[in-house]
Amino acid sequence: MTVSLLIFLPVIAAVLVLFFKNSSAKHAALFFSLAELVLAGVFLSKFIPNATTQFMIVAPWIPKFGIYFSAGIDGISMIMVLLSTLLVPLIILTTYRHQYKNANAFYALILFMQAGMLVVFTALDGFLFYVGWEAALIPIYFICSLWGGQNRIKVTIKFFLYTFSGSLIMLVAIIYLYLQSPERTYDLAHFYNLHLTISQQCWVFWAFFLAFAIKMPLFPFHTWQPDTYTEAPSAGTMMLSGIMLKMGVYGVIRWLIPLVPQAYDRNQLWSVAMILSITGIIYASIIAFKQKDGKRLVAYSSIAHVGLIAAGIFAWSYFGLQGAMIQMLSHGINVVGMFFIWEIISSRLNTRQISELGGIAKVAPKFAIAFLIITLGTVALPLTNGFIGEFLLLAGIFSINLWMAVFAGLTMIFGAVYMLRMYKSVMQGETNALTAVFADISGSEKLVLGIICALIILIGIYPQPILHISDAAVKQLVEQTTMKFNEAKP
Amino acid sequence: MKTLNDSIQAIPLNHYILLCSIIFSIGVIGVLVRRNAIVIFMSIELMLNSVNLLLTAFSVYRGDATGQVFVFFIMALAAAEVAVGLAIIVMIYRNTNSIDINVLNRLKW
Amino acid sequence: MNNLIWLIPILPLAGFVINGIGRNTLSKGVIGFLGSFLVLVSFGISLAVFLQVKSTGTPINVTIYDWFAIGDFHFQFAFLIDQLSSLMLLIITGVGFLIHLYSVGYMKDDAGFGKFFSYLNLFVFFMLLLVMGSNYVIMFIGWEGVGLCSYLLIGFWYTNPAYADAAKKAFIMNRIGDLGFIFGVFLLIKYFGSTAFADVFSRAGTQPFAAAPYVLITILLFVGAVGKSAQLPLFTWLPDAMAGPTPVSALIHAATMVTAGVYMVARSNILFTLAPVTMHIVAIIGLATAVVAALIALTQTDIKKVLAYSTVSQLGYMFLGLGVGAYTGAFFHVLTHAFFKALLFLGAGSVIHACSGEQDMRNMGGLKGKLRITFITMLVGTLAISGIPPFAGFFSKDEILAHVFAASPAMYAIGVLTAMFTSFYMFRLLYLTFYGKFRGTHEQEHHLHESPPNMTVPLIVLAILSLVGGFIGIPESLGGHHWLAQYLAPVFQKSAALFTGSTLSGSTEITLMAVSVTGAIVALVYAYMKYVKNGHVPVADTAKRSPLASLSYHKFYFDEIYDTLIRKPLDWLSEFAYNYIEKLGIDGIVNGFGKGSMDASRGLRLLQSGNVGFYIFMMVVGIVSILMYLVIKF
Repeated sequence: MTVSLLIFLPVIAAVLVLFFKNSSAKHAALFFSLAELVLAGVFLSKFIPNATTQFMIVAPWIPKFGIYFSAGIDGISMIMVLLSTLLVPLIILTTYRHQYKNANAFYALILFMQAGMLVVFTALDGFLFYVGWEAALIPIYFICSLWGGQNRIKVTIKFFLYTFSGSLIMLVAIIYLYLQSPERTYDLAHFYNLHLTISQQCWVFWAFFLAFAIKMPLFPFHTWQPDTYTEAPSAGTMMLSGIMLKMGVYGVIRWLIPLVPQAYDRNQLWSVAMILSITGIIYASIIAFKQKDGKRLVAYSSIAHVGLIAAGIFAWSYFGLQGAMIQMLSHGINVVGMFFIWEIISSRLNTRQISELGGIAKVAPKFAIAFLIITLGTVALPLTNGFIGEFLLLAGIFSINLWMAVFAGLTMIFGAVYMLRMYKSVMQGETNALTAVFADISGSEKLVLGIICALIILIGIYPQPILHISDAAVKQLVEQTTMKFNEAKP
Repeated sequence: MKTLNDSIQAIPLNHYILLCSIIFSIGVIGVLVRRNAIVIFMSIELMLNSVNLLLTAFSVYRGDATGQVFVFFIMALAAAEVAVGLAIIVMIYRNTNSIDINVLNRLKW
Repeated sequence: MNNLIWLIPILPLAGFVINGIGRNTLSKGVIGFLGSFLVLVSFGISLAVFLQVKSTGTPINVTIYDWFAIGDFHFQFAFLIDQLSSLMLLIITGVGFLIHLYSVGYMKDDAGFGKFFSYLNLFVFFMLLLVMGSNYVIMFIGWEGVGLCSYLLIGFWYTNPAYADAAKKAFIMNRIGDLGFIFGVFLLIKYFGSTAFADVFSRAGTQPFAAAPYVLITILLFVGAVGKSAQLPLFTWLPDAMAGPTPVSALIHAATMVTAGVYMVARSNILFTLAPVTMHIVAIIGLATAVVAALIALTQTDIKKVLAYSTVSQLGYMFLGLGVGAYTGAFFHVLTHAFFKALLFLGAGSVIHACSGEQDMRNMGGLKGKLRITFITMLVGTLAISGIPPFAGFFSKDEILAHVFAASPAMYAIGVLTAMFTSFYMFRLLYLTFYGKFRGTHEQEHHLHESPPNMTVPLIVLAILSLVGGFIGIPESLGGHHWLAQYLAPVFQKSAALFTGSTLSGSTEITLMAVSVTGAIVALVYAYMKYVKNGHVPVADTAKRSPLASLSYHKFYFDEIYDTLIRKPLDWLSEFAYNYIEKLGIDGIVNGFGKGSMDASRGLRLLQSGNVGFYIFMMVVGIVSILMYLVIKF
């Protein structure tokens, strides 16, 4: 059993979904995504949580140029695989109330995108990684530009060009590494063992960093994100924020720091990266204070949260990385929940202006409970999923630098401020003419929000199984890289 | 054959190069300054032929026939080119009653 | 016994789940019974645990499960029941049960009855976690959890935007403190390699580092306490928290949650003792809070606001006690304060209930006859808080004051002055409410009635506790044995060994008691003269006040200052960052790239004029320049 099964199932599913009628495409897509989830479950059950890479496949692709279809799953990848296979069925379920035009194409694109992301999360070959990276981008471009809001064309072109230019620079770096490797290979393990000079490492770092920073996005490369999240159809927003931005985070863990350990440590690249991340946390939080559009507010909050994850990773400590792993999963769940909340509101009331809302809790108590639990998960209350991640991330940053941790920690306060402000304005107070007729959640909405809330609390109460998956792999990665920090100059 | 080679070689190579450069330059200037399409065409022929001459000269000096083969090649090509080019010019003349290239700054009429 | 300990917090949690799910389907009777009964069972178990700890004298450790682990670093879900936490358990479940019972009557007409009980049960669960946790991380779960419940219960009537705002404010201010707390935990991990109390306290003082880490750790932990226990400068949320239903104010904002800070400092006493700098800060902040809050309470007219400021002031007292090393005294005050302040709040609730929701004391008066039980019990509470012997407050307050005197007579003087203020504003409250003539509307007067038994029984029980609660700590100077100090001695043993301050002789102690009691009685009499004899009633909001009274009435403008210094600049910064930095600056640069390439292409397009001569000319220029370059190069 190899990982190719996991990668090609969504591809086949995407093709098959195209043959369904528009009305039944969503059922088919849900079925296939659930099958993928079950498959991931099978992989998880056979997965041995040690530091080795499992379910490997190495098949020649373009062997003349050293390109292999080489992929596998270790603890870190397993979490990402779980994240993407878990969220896609949920996201498809959130669209059940919505009638999309050309629905079969819409769902096919989502499934295809999932395949691309799975390639990214499992690839062990630089070229394959890049192909997956772009294969995930193209579907979301079409999803946004065909099914998005009013400004979609302008916004998606910007989004596409921005992220694409970032990834092209990454491609240059990948090819450079290929040329540097004596064996002329794109293999990741070979890349790890290249002996690059410090200045070469710096160039490679910045090339990869740019691609990842744009994708996450990190301050100041984030400006495509709020616009795109606001204009994209909600399923697209969820795919972007829930899974796709983790490609950037994952990239930093697997494809950035271990490649350039000496330069990263010695040239203080970490401090630049961390300062950017932490600036982003504070900056995005402050902007979120006064956002009027709910979806945009969530978008900025997502920048802040991802900034924290990034800072924890750039700190490159065991605590921080484990925190990042679980926080990626948690953030994915929470942000999908949050965007679904706003999808429910905007599809019922045709507005996302926070000031026009109010008092919804009174007419829709079940919705209010779900909203509250997701809000609490987002502000990282203990016993919700957000806490474990934030605690470990802050601990990781703290072990590097006290002041950075203090500034990063402000997210605890700021997050509470903008989230509770939003909750108060939307849910509390008296109802107005618009919100008085708000119907409580039912059917598929109830199911999705129920699952999300259950996950938020379950992970919060018993996070150990998830931490355990990535534990050994993270430990080994950190130790290997940290060892290289101190190696003599190559 | 020997005598022809000798007589060609009697003139130093530099003279050939100089002559060809002059002819070529005349061709270039002709292309640049004239607006009559046929004259430009003739100037192009001049440039081609100056190159032909140079190729022949070198070929003789180096005792290598490849250069002369190329000359034939170029002449054949030039003939074909003239056929097509003149045909285009005739078409242009029919359409615009002019062969002034400045009239041709639009891609369609 | 030990295998039942997990039931103590789980029972209220079960109550939360059942009441939460059945909030609309179960009858009010069932909900009320379930909510109260489960807490009562917890109380029963707590009592058994307490007796066990008391008899054996050894703490009980129970590990439930590994919450999470990073490598070899385990964060365990584990409980520690020692002398300190066993007493807190009794308070939380005991007073908690009484307040649940009271709420059955108080909330019976509210549409959110089920929701209320589920929240209240959830609060008890988190509060129990806070005190039972055997390490700082579990404590932090409870710490934030009670903040959440406080948020939910303050905003219980969330349709009122002001109440929702108060809830939000409470949560955010608590969060500021929580950030300090969590950084304290990180430092503990760094310096002690553990968050478990047992490890940290046993290693404290033996580590090879100087005082600086202790100071840093304790200051950060104290920041957490400042937020949770509403000390200066983070106290403004507590008076606003009175937006919640009155039983909530009694349970959360008087008896239990707000004393969590004191509990935490008492729990970490050895760390604080090793950081004298922090101790000074704690004492000064405690004293300042006590004075400022008491000054504000002098002129408030809302019955619950007076009690709220009084709570802040009393909490300040406790921190003052902690700051001078009187851990037992401070914890003693936590206990007695839980009794009499819960009593006062519940009494106030009973008054508000009787007056059809009226909270302004200017519209009350003369309730003595109508609300007999409420009056008598509140009188007991007022005497207790004012420090009149033999009521509970007297013993705990004087123990703190005696230690303060030993540390610094100047602080003592301010402390006694504060005690006089306390006595004055509490009796002012009592006189304005129960004496004189009724000043409300006729309709309200018509409705005046004593509360039902399930509300008065808790009042009576708490009144009895306020009366006798002090006897657990009769000082030796008065011929007692101070049972509490002996019982808690193991917890404070290490600190006591390090204590370097002077102790007082028995006669000095008695003199000090006489001074403070006299002060309280003077204030009491003054209040009587002013409000009963002269029938003075506080002026209306719009009336002009003297500058000092105005300062007190407007809470020293703390809210306004925070608003101008923090909230408004941040909001402004948010708008500025979004409109200028984000849109014009960063996004401007990004769009500038796009616009730049568009403009460049627009400019370059003009070169493609279609003029063949020009093209040829450019071509020749190009070829010539390439040739020239090659010529020059070689």
